[in-house]
Amino acid sequence: MAITEATREQMQQLAARYPQPRSALLPMLHLVQSVEGEVTTDGIEACADVLSITPAEVKAVSTFYTMYKRKPVGKHHIGVCINTLCGLLGGDAVYDALSERLGVGHDQPTADGEFWLERIECQAACTHAPVMTVDWEFMDDVTPTSAVDIVDRLARGEQVASTRGPVIRDFRATEHTLAFPLDGLADEGNPVDAKMLAGLAVAKERGMSAPTSTKEG
Amino acid sequence: MTLTPIITEFWDDPKLYTLDGYRSHGGYRALASALKQDPDAIIGTIKDSGLRGRGGAGFPTGLKWSFVPQNDGKPHYLVVNADESEPGACKDIPIMMANPHALVEGVIISSFAIRANHAFIYIRGEVPEAIRRVANAIEQARAAGLIGKNILGSGFDLEVVAHSGAGAYICGEETALLDSLEGFRGQPRLKPPFPAVAGLYASPTVINNVETIANIPYIVDRGVEWFRQFGTEKSPGFKVFAVSGHVNRPGIYEAPLGITMRELLDYAGGMRDGRPVKFWLPGGSSVPMLTADHLDIPMTYEDMATAGTMLGTGTPMLFDDTVSVVKAVTRWLEFYKHESCGKCTPCREGTYWITGVLEKFEHGHGTEAEVETLVGLCGQIAGRSFCALGDAAATPYPAALKYFREEFLAATTTSADEQFDPVASYVFAGAVAR
Ligand SMILES: Cc1cc2nc3c(=O)[nH]c(=O)nc-3n(C[C@H](O)[C@H](O)[C@H](O)COP(=O)(O)O)c2cc1C
Ligand code: SF4
Ligand code: FES
Repeated sequence: MAITEATREQMQQLAARYPQPRSALLPMLHLVQSVEGEVTTDGIEACADVLSITPAEVKAVSTFYTMYKRKPVGKHHIGVCINTLCGLLGGDAVYDALSERLGVGHDQPTADGEFWLERIECQAACTHAPVMTVDWEFMDDVTPTSAVDIVDRLARGEQVASTRGPVIRDFRATEHTLAFPLDGLADEGNPVDAKMLAGLAVAKERGMSAPTSTKEG
Repeated sequence: MTLTPIITEFWDDPKLYTLDGYRSHGGYRALASALKQDPDAIIGTIKDSGLRGRGGAGFPTGLKWSFVPQNDGKPHYLVVNADESEPGACKDIPIMMANPHALVEGVIISSFAIRANHAFIYIRGEVPEAIRRVANAIEQARAAGLIGKNILGSGFDLEVVAHSGAGAYICGEETALLDSLEGFRGQPRLKPPFPAVAGLYASPTVINNVETIANIPYIVDRGVEWFRQFGTEKSPGFKVFAVSGHVNRPGIYEAPLGITMRELLDYAGGMRDGRPVKFWLPGGSSVPMLTADHLDIPMTYEDMATAGTMLGTGTPMLFDDTVSVVKAVTRWLEFYKHESCGKCTPCREGTYWITGVLEKFEHGHGTEAEVETLVGLCGQIAGRSFCALGDAAATPYPAALKYFREEFLAATTTSADEQFDPVASYVFAGAVAR
């Protein structure tokens, strides 16, 4: 794939969302990754062109953020949270198992272009530790075995659903969502799971509720 | 103290994330009443409610809003901080996925109050599900005439944009967030000027956390007196607590501020296998840790401060006695080192040095003298850094040393994994000790 006139038009659309066009740069770089599978020189030049800034300025921004890669990510991005809570509760073992299964280390692609493995930081899902992500969709409460199984199923082209999100597509599709979030998938899957309802369930069980008016209190 | 589901009350309705679902539970009622009021009256209501920011610092929200100069002829902006990347914090993302319209309604009311015609929700890029649900809610609100021109015939115009970040913890710091939202590297700005005076595009800007803004519709709808029946004088209201770690039922628990960790822990089913709490952090890795001796302290801004820590994001992480505190602290420092934006020397160099020494301890090396040297190193960073990330990086070690000096001394000869079998901390069944 390459940056086409259509991509540039989408970049213009992103820029038009903001009072100052440069604000669109992060979404534009996500768009570049959705087309190119990485941040390419072509993509950088297109962003610079659309925003009337220099390619060096775009590059300086792209290198600051960890989600932007300068090598082809491949079909699926696999993240394993190794921050303290997930890591110590088992994320370390999950990462080791995946690293062995994929034969690569941190922030590296597999030779066949199917996967990219990354040790990621806290994913705002600590209640669901250990947490893994596929193309940045949640795969909660994984074990080394279940994590490897997810990768095996993806490798076989089987359908895999996020635990709190839609069916997995691929890295580029997610990057497109980050640029244009109205991807029609908001109704797919229910991201509200038992852990998010834990307190509500206890409250209902024990007959607890918050007064809705001042008097009741 | 009982649980009080408010923001979380209807999360078990699988349609809550839709406009119709939210409306069926009274959603957007507050907006209709807000738009009939004077914007200053709403600022007054929020001031009187005593609502404090839920992003970590606990700054009074109404007061922040009142700093925005009025009739200054400049555009005003509302920016919602949805970057939630603090280790341990996991409550804003659930709010956005389960109840995105509460956030959107809060955004519209807050923008009206501060006279902003443009609002941005800066969502960390690593969570597409939150982004699509918020964007979907914005779109539905727009289609229903709740966003756009002349909202509900009030003459008030508002545009709302869901903006994706790209992976950088520092972008949660409010001025770094603004630079990032302007399309630059996310590095903090010098304050003053404060964002309320010169924020986004150098215009007056209010930056608030997701949960803070999600509180607004409830306060406007039900009133100051209602809100203040929860919590304490200095910490009024309720909190979406997210309890994680070695507890039997990790998850979201909404309760009044002032509930104790022991009560929350009981609701969360206690510690796994009845093991003791070794250490816990009330709200993110940037606040000092506490121990089992502190479970009865009310979870309020003031009581946590008295105990030498902070409420922070109000998302307690609990670790049992299988965990090596040396390893835990080292991992957090590796995080701060990785996330330091590099703008100032104490943090950029300091996180590098602290992490290096801690990694020695983790592997059973280092000297007793270094256990003390490290305290000095942390002291060199705290208060001398350009932004609060530096202070945060200087927090975990001294806090841990206060309670676990022996363990750090032992680590100079015995590695963390030898002291504590890592497998024992794993939460999945079938984890076998080596
Ligand atoms: C390194 C760092 C990261 C932060 N991350 C967040 C964050 O992800 N979300 C957030 O709301 N506040 C975060 N904050 C706090 C913000 O700077 C700011 O205080 C907050 O967004 C204000 O909103 P509030 O008054 O509603 O709490 C962070 C601060 C620092 C120093
Ligand atoms: S304290 Fe750290 S994160 Fe903050 S400005 Fe300095 S180097 Fe950057
Ligand atoms: S530590 Fe892994 S999601 Fe928070």
